[in-house]
Amino acid sequence: MEYFLQQLINGVTLGSIYGLIAIGYTMVYGIIGMINFAHGDIFMVGAFIALIFIIALGFTAGTSFILLVLALMLVLVIAMVLTSIWGWTVERLAYRPLRESFRLAPLITAIGMSIVLQNLVQILQGARVKPLQPIITGGYVIMEKDGFVVNLSNIQILIVVTTVILMAVFSLIIARTELGRAQRACEQDRVMAALVGVNVDRTISLTFVIGAALAAVAGLMYLLYYGVIDFYIGFVAGIKAFTAAVLGGIGSLPGAMLGGMTIGLIETFWSAYFTVEYKDVAAFSILAIVLIFLPSGLLGKPEVEKV
Amino acid sequence: MPRLLDALKDAGIAGLIALGLAIPIWSHLTVQKPGGLVLEQRWWLVAIAVATVFAGRLVLNLFWWPRRGAAAGLGRQVARIAAPLAGAEKWLGPALIGLAILMPFLPFSNRYIMDLAILVLTYVMLGWGLNVVVGLAGLLDLGYVAFYAVGAYSYALIATTFGLSFWVCLPLAGLFAATWGVILGFPVLRLRGDYLAIVTLAFGEIIRIILINWYDLTNGPDGITGIPRPSFFGLEFKRFGDNTFAGFFGLEYSPIQRIIFLYYVILVLALITNIVTVRLRRLPVGRAWEALREDEIACRSLGINTTSTKLTAFAIGAMFGGFAGSFFATRQGFISPESFTFIESAIILAIVVLGGMGSQIGIAIAAVVMIGGFELFRELELYRMLIFGLAMVGIMVWKPRGLVSSRAPTIAIGKRKAISSDLVGEGHG
Amino acid sequence: MSEGETRAWERAPVLTVEHLTMRFGGLVAVHDLSFTAGRGDITALIGPNGAGKTTVFNCITGFYKPSEGMITLAHPDGSTFLLERLDDYRIASKAHVARTFQNIRLFSGMSVLENLLVAQHNRLMRASGFTFAGIIGLGTFRRAEEKAVELAKYWLERTGLLERADDAAGDLPYGDQRRLEIARAMCTQPVLLCLDEPAAGLNPRESHELNQLLLSIRESENISILLIEHDMGVVMEISDHIIVLDYGEKIADGTPQQVRTDPAVIAAYLGVEDEEVEAVEKEILQ
Repeated sequence: MEYFLQQLINGVTLGSIYGLIAIGYTMVYGIIGMINFAHGDIFMVGAFIALIFIIALGFTAGTSFILLVLALMLVLVIAMVLTSIWGWTVERLAYRPLRESFRLAPLITAIGMSIVLQNLVQILQGARVKPLQPIITGGYVIMEKDGFVVNLSNIQILIVVTTVILMAVFSLIIARTELGRAQRACEQDRVMAALVGVNVDRTISLTFVIGAALAAVAGLMYLLYYGVIDFYIGFVAGIKAFTAAVLGGIGSLPGAMLGGMTIGLIETFWSAYFTVEYKDVAAFSILAIVLIFLPSGLLGKPEVEKV
Repeated sequence: MPRLLDALKDAGIAGLIALGLAIPIWSHLTVQKPGGLVLEQRWWLVAIAVATVFAGRLVLNLFWWPRRGAAAGLGRQVARIAAPLAGAEKWLGPALIGLAILMPFLPFSNRYIMDLAILVLTYVMLGWGLNVVVGLAGLLDLGYVAFYAVGAYSYALIATTFGLSFWVCLPLAGLFAATWGVILGFPVLRLRGDYLAIVTLAFGEIIRIILINWYDLTNGPDGITGIPRPSFFGLEFKRFGDNTFAGFFGLEYSPIQRIIFLYYVILVLALITNIVTVRLRRLPVGRAWEALREDEIACRSLGINTTSTKLTAFAIGAMFGGFAGSFFATRQGFISPESFTFIESAIILAIVVLGGMGSQIGIAIAAVVMIGGFELFRELELYRMLIFGLAMVGIMVWKPRGLVSSRAPTIAIGKRKAISSDLVGEGHG
Repeated sequence: MSEGETRAWERAPVLTVEHLTMRFGGLVAVHDLSFTAGRGDITALIGPNGAGKTTVFNCITGFYKPSEGMITLAHPDGSTFLLERLDDYRIASKAHVARTFQNIRLFSGMSVLENLLVAQHNRLMRASGFTFAGIIGLGTFRRAEEKAVELAKYWLERTGLLERADDAAGDLPYGDQRRLEIARAMCTQPVLLCLDEPAAGLNPRESHELNQLLLSIRESENISILLIEHDMGVVMEISDHIIVLDYGEKIADGTPQQVRTDPAVIAAYLGVEDEEVEAVEKEILQ
């Protein structure tokens, strides 16, 4: 029971990070119907930007609480802004020229962009892993029984709370604002949206910007949680997050979160109770099984075959 | 001077964006020091990057774009380059095959070039194999490398366990891969588009993870060594021994003999792939694949069993991948899961799409350009993957439908007319 | 509706639909529909937009599985097929029901001739020994393909598309595409041909040509035609039997003359209030 509880906490934390990245996939898919393969690498770029600013600001676990909170907020905002520029640029260079063309073309440019980003960061920052001293330490002991301690660390609380807040904010944006309306209009019919005065290019760019900003948040969380990053983290995390987005029903915001949680929990529990080596196999198998029975994912709108 | 002013403003914005991209990843290098990471500043790099973007954008604005009516001009340019290529297909194919056959005897060929040619041909074959699935049947497969791996491991395991020769194992490996094609194809039949893509990607990863972790069978990440080399009708490519190729033909032994032999093996395998594919296209099954790509519902209304049609496409594509895999194993003599990562699938898919989906010759050219071009940058070890990625983006933006963007009908009453790719469907995935 | 008289289509039906109901979630698209289509007849299914005509078609051709009901197809040799139990592609290949689509579904990137060869897939597949014989180039397949090309040419001739045989199907003008779809369906050598709004988007001349084509197909081939149509000119001119649907239910069933004067049909087409329709219906029933 205690062990289970601990794994549940760990799984939810991991799931939050996947969910944040998955939102980027799902929003882009919803609006232009493409897999933004480079999104995982945008997450990686976000993590690097956060890392550099954390070192530049020079705060550590020893910094006073207020200062720490302020500094982290600052890093978060800077990372979100700067990573957004990367997301915007990728869309502008590799996807916009192919907007009205053949559907596989942007998939190939996305894979190309993913290769470019990985290798660019490798060239600029080196291939070695980048470790970071733990900044947010401490936590609470929830339960203690027979020598087994169930921990809820501060960083886990931070990750889950941040994710929940951001989820709520972005759901509100999609549901209530002009931008959200424009986005939904573009999802339905881009030509018609343009005809009724929606700036389609700007809406799509903003979607990429939002996705990248959330990926940057995920990048910072990942950095704080695991304390080590390299240029390759985007690939694995990206594939997992994309899996999460598809599992939840691609195009659906709550689906992305649910999918992220599912993947995070499956991975954690599988590693805890079975073998850590096959955790990805478990996640991918569940994906395949779910899709075979629910071809539109958990919360996706079922595709009605129009004859 | 409003034009100059506009150009300056535009270039200025581009420069600012470049600055935004450059901070902090370009400007600060993280260096590992005993006390933890420290930063090294290198603003000169940022200055170069921003200046390049600014100047480039300014030049484009002032001299490049005004001269050519932007989009229309680009379209004409593309048409001009593409037109001869489409017309050249008649003689270009035979010419390339002739060149490929003569390759080892050309004055400039040496061991390095032959090795490269073998590599390129392997990708040509993989591209042609995947083309059956993606280009003809219109099913997006992001895990093609799985079948390449199944072929390679089947050969390696059968050959090292039972001591069977390459020529016996080759069909077996193809059969295994085809079986896996059906096994993996079956559950995904109902899936479309990106759902299909992610599940095939997942299957590719699952197979790789199993190869890494099933230590007893695959020897895990260490891979399989000592995979037997193919023989020429029982004659082996060795310096000493009874039945050696050099001894039989009274030649002096040279390691290049084996390389040339391997070259011809992959050339023949690739040509078989090509001939079989071209023939299949003219058979009902091939037409059904293409019809499936165009409109699945119409296919069903005409009594075509789309399930078996999809499965044959998966199986045949996988079989070719399996052949290529066993060739890879026998050529390397060593395989490990590292050779079968997602990036391989992505490269093969890129070759198919860049070549022009469905076009055999386009795929061959794309493989030569991408794999051969990749080798050109061998000196720039660190940068060549970056250039590879940029090339993928660049070529795709330049020609979204690939190098050969027309489809040749499989049958005609009168004269065969090329069909523009604008009409050709892309499948649901 | 005149009672008593046995109607031709009931004596020798090719298609019998009994108590067909199709529900999508809570929406009932077709409710308890029964009708028959006579062998050799041109039967028209008409009704206002959203009356459920295409849904009926999709049930007959297997693209939807009916929620309830039975659809029986009788071949001239006496064999019968329960269509609601067959997969869509088996309805085409085994029961020999061919169809066209409201929004044309051609293989637009393939040539006109290739479209017609794909339609003969199953026959050619057998001739190619399920590909194994074909791949080594046996003559049986070549001969079968020559025959298939002949059949294709025959239908291209009939539809006036012969000189476009080598063009991409997607390059044809709209009217030609409609006729090509009919030619493609005919190449499957169907017993029942289902046409979903074949005259939609055609100009009067093309529409007239289509009538001639359908009548001539009925004359020359041993075939029955079921069509959905909005163009009353087409319907009244060529149909032997008309079934009128409204809100998923049958409101009239008879010859063109009977249907033309049926008050319920007039009410449905003129868009009278529901209560009035009911009132009219009551009158008729009494």
